[in-house]
Amino acid sequence: MKRVYVNEEWCLGCHLCEYNCAFANSGLKDMAFALKDKKIFPRIHVEGDDKITFAVSCRHCSDPLCVKSCIAGAISKKDGVVKIDRTKCVGCLTCVLVCPYGALAPGENGTMQKCELCLENACGAPACVTGCPNRAIVYEERGDEE
Amino acid sequence: MKRYLVIGNGTAAVGTVEGIRSIDVTGEITVVSEEKHAVYSRPLISYYLEGKTDLERMKYRPDDFCEKNGCRTLYGRRAVALDSSAKTVALDDGSVLPYDELCVATGSRPFVPPFEGLEKVKNKFGFMTLDDALALETALTQNARVLIVGAGLIGLKCAEGIARRVGSITVCDLADRVLSSILDAECAAVVQKHLEGNGLSFLLGDTVARFDENEATMKSGKKVPFDLLVLAVGVRANTDLVKGAGGNVNRGIVVDEKMRTTVPGVYAAGDCAEGFDASIGQNRVIAILPNAYLQGRTAGINMAGGDAAQTDAIPMNAIGFFGLHLMTAGAYDGEMNEEKTDGGVKRFFVKDGFLRGFILIGETERAGIYTSLIREKIPLGSVDFDLTKKVASNLIFSRETRRKKFGSVV
Repeated sequence: MKRVYVNEEWCLGCHLCEYNCAFANSGLKDMAFALKDKKIFPRIHVEGDDKITFAVSCRHCSDPLCVKSCIAGAISKKDGVVKIDRTKCVGCLTCVLVCPYGALAPGENGTMQKCELCLENACGAPACVTGCPNRAIVYEERGDEE
Repeated sequence: MKRYLVIGNGTAAVGTVEGIRSIDVTGEITVVSEEKHAVYSRPLISYYLEGKTDLERMKYRPDDFCEKNGCRTLYGRRAVALDSSAKTVALDDGSVLPYDELCVATGSRPFVPPFEGLEKVKNKFGFMTLDDALALETALTQNARVLIVGAGLIGLKCAEGIARRVGSITVCDLADRVLSSILDAECAAVVQKHLEGNGLSFLLGDTVARFDENEATMKSGKKVPFDLLVLAVGVRANTDLVKGAGGNVNRGIVVDEKMRTTVPGVYAAGDCAEGFDASIGQNRVIAILPNAYLQGRTAGINMAGGDAAQTDAIPMNAIGFFGLHLMTAGAYDGEMNEEKTDGGVKRFFVKDGFLRGFILIGETERAGIYTSLIREKIPLGSVDFDLTKKVASNLIFSRETRRKKFGSVV
């Protein structure tokens, strides 16, 4: 299946992916209205220093420890996509403690959110990728799970 | 067609069923559930009392879990005897269930020390099961004075859950600090201060010498009047079934890396089991939910003829109280490195070039990167540990490692 992959050599560190993610998941039509003067809670984040930058989001991995560790049974994997039911999440952060990629973070209301590949919002494909100006993140097929 | 039998209906049982079904989709699965509830998330009972979840959302698996996995669940039944030569388990209603592969996932029960006068206390509660929480809920009143015996994870989560629904809460513990099983003295002091700021009172290094109906007399001589008493001293693994069949039992049912007990054809998983703890290099009961699921899944896969082993289990906890998040993992063994930030405290324990354990208070962002350093036994010489102590970041890894993590199927 297609996933989001990172080409860190090409990342400009512009953080546009974070804004596009927050906008895509806001459910709003106007980007300025959705994001201006607000603290954003994107599901992808840029890490790095003054030399290297790269974007990190859920790997939808073959052995998702978050799914197995969630104390509320709120995280599941279906058709290759790791999803969270935020109505069940109580914000204990156990998934943060176990994810080796550092890919989960709480949203504005304290419940957890994570990349679900924009498959269920209006975008239909990852908005971070669509908006990346330098193809530093791509959405493609790179082989099957083990 | 294999007949699988699972004793218990908690997280480890779900792991077992899902493990079996990942290999064998046709075998017959029977689950024996002492509780009359469909499987629910036990650690959520405090969140239930706090109003952060409800009975519907607490369900650990969707309503069609049994149907989809083709398992039959017997509710309100307890297993009383295991005959490993006949390969049968007798239940409390006299029925006998045959099995080909058995998993004992019986969890634990509260341990109640023989307090003098405890029988005089009418309003006393445990805090382990959903029924415990529902019983406690019916007794809550805005003016109630609550005494909680035990300042561990269970006692303190209970306190948080009911704090806005009662008049006052006093927590006592024989240990001289809160959360003594997971925090060192300095970190415990930080957490205790935060809890006191949220209205809890503590009597630490002190224990109840005698109970009267509405008063506890402490060993120190202090008298604590109360309306409701919650006993959260500790738990004991339910090992009787395997012990009765001659299996090896210490504090829990001894299992190997495949979750096999010493009784042939019998597996054990979850809070009742004593499996390998990679942080100390020996067997220990690790009574946490993720471990219950992972052990159950491992058992299930092996029961169904697959091959799974659990070799990297470590104790770890993510827990919050009144908005303050704590995380702990591994063993507090070796040299302590402390990082203080605006948001909190981080303590890292390093030995022989490896991260062995950590305590994080208030600063928990991307902590899974730290956990992976312990679980995956990554030599600290291969990463930029000075950087990562400040901020957990994938920048600490080599470019090649990052390429694998973020550029390929993982």
